[in-house]
Amino acid sequence: MSGVRLLVGTRKGAFVLTADGTRDDWQVEGPLFAGWEIFHLNASPVDQDRLYASQSTGWHGQVVQRSDDGGKTWEPVGNEFAYDGVPVTHQWYDGTQHPWEFARVWHLEPSLTDRDTVFAGVEDAALFRSVDGGQTWQELSGLRDHQTGDQWQPGAGGLCLHTILIHPDDQTRMFVAISAAGAFRTDDSGETWRPINRGLRSGELPDEDKEVGHCVHRIAMNPSRPDVLFMQKHWDVMRSDDGGESWHEVSGNLPSDFGFPIAVHAHEPDTVYVVPIKSDSEHVPPEGKLRVYRSRTGGNEWEALNSGLPQSHCYVNVLRDAMAVDCLDPGGVYFGTTGGQIYASPDGGDRWKAIVRDLPPVLSVEAQTLP
Amino acid sequence: MIRVVLPHHLRTLAGVDGAVSLEAQERPTQRTVLDALEASYPVLRGTIRDHGTAERRAFIRFFACGRDITLDPADDPLPEEVASGAESFRVVGAMAGG
Repeated sequence: MSGVRLLVGTRKGAFVLTADGTRDDWQVEGPLFAGWEIFHLNASPVDQDRLYASQSTGWHGQVVQRSDDGGKTWEPVGNEFAYDGVPVTHQWYDGTQHPWEFARVWHLEPSLTDRDTVFAGVEDAALFRSVDGGQTWQELSGLRDHQTGDQWQPGAGGLCLHTILIHPDDQTRMFVAISAAGAFRTDDSGETWRPINRGLRSGELPDEDKEVGHCVHRIAMNPSRPDVLFMQKHWDVMRSDDGGESWHEVSGNLPSDFGFPIAVHAHEPDTVYVVPIKSDSEHVPPEGKLRVYRSRTGGNEWEALNSGLPQSHCYVNVLRDAMAVDCLDPGGVYFGTTGGQIYASPDGGDRWKAIVRDLPPVLSVEAQTLP
Repeated sequence: MIRVVLPHHLRTLAGVDGAVSLEAQERPTQRTVLDALEASYPVLRGTIRDHGTAERRAFIRFFACGRDITLDPADDPLPEEVASGAESFRVVGAMAGG
């Protein structure tokens, strides 16, 4: 019987949650790598047992772990992320220039066709690739060498490359997003990159049409329509219909246009999920009510989904990598909170249930659909 | 024999219990002990010293014979008690928080 495996990264370890296709009863395993921050775990789309995990602490830096048995056992692989060439500088919070310094891996994105090829988005923002299962990493430095690189500035969470999307029909095309530089696209397998931020509006930028400087929080796509992109930005939910060439706002009737995650239903490319958060200053759900908002129209028209979610005194956040969808029918949706809850909806968001309530603060959630 | 005591997370990462034993060195220093440690346990590369510079990571400190030797030059000889194995070379996570 088919099933789902959730890969959950937290401030204090990783957890693997599994259920059969009904998604009613869940087995919770963990913590793995207890005490370490696990920013992200992800699975190879071509080998369900090949997993990668980003493990770090402020004391000991970065470790990358790899599993070949679906998370039962793990092996540390390469952890050397050396920037290509002489590190130049980027803009610091106060507008001065600051040297590029590696801090951690935020996001791991395995290749769509090769289990040993995996991309890593890191802080300070750069994109690395491994073609040997994570043993060695090489920077795709055409991104950081873009002429705007010295204008990139960190967001509150750091200068992080947090989103990596691979175009399923043309894998020379990839999209990445950096807080707070913006979105970028390559059409030559990562050799060269260009900003794709036309149409984004960031209220505090003196030049609203500035090529970079936009605090993109997350981008999502449905693989069946990969040139339609949805973005949760620091302000505004945005949509592009042309592979990022231009963007238009689809925040519509959302109670707040601020938030972190965004996800697209696996089978309905116009069904989009966000979790509005009250302002960049407060980072809590509006009115103390945890609500996922769903649009079935590709944006602009949103409905609140609250069945099974706390509707009073709830002040948790949902971080950018902490929402995922499965590929079952009906499609499941999952998210984790900074309060340690993992919520699951097996019916596209109509009903929610907490799989587990008291994990460490959740940093990331990925959903694997198992045959 | 030189004994190295690692903090909890690095013992877990290296898959060791208690102290790590390294082959005796004629004139051990911080650098030679850490070089030998990383050679025996490659998984520890980058977790005590940065990969590129081999500099001590910011939140790591070294102790031996009840003394903080973090800031001693990396090529200075370690105390005789460490060289003989009577005392351990301790890698410690700097305190943070309260």
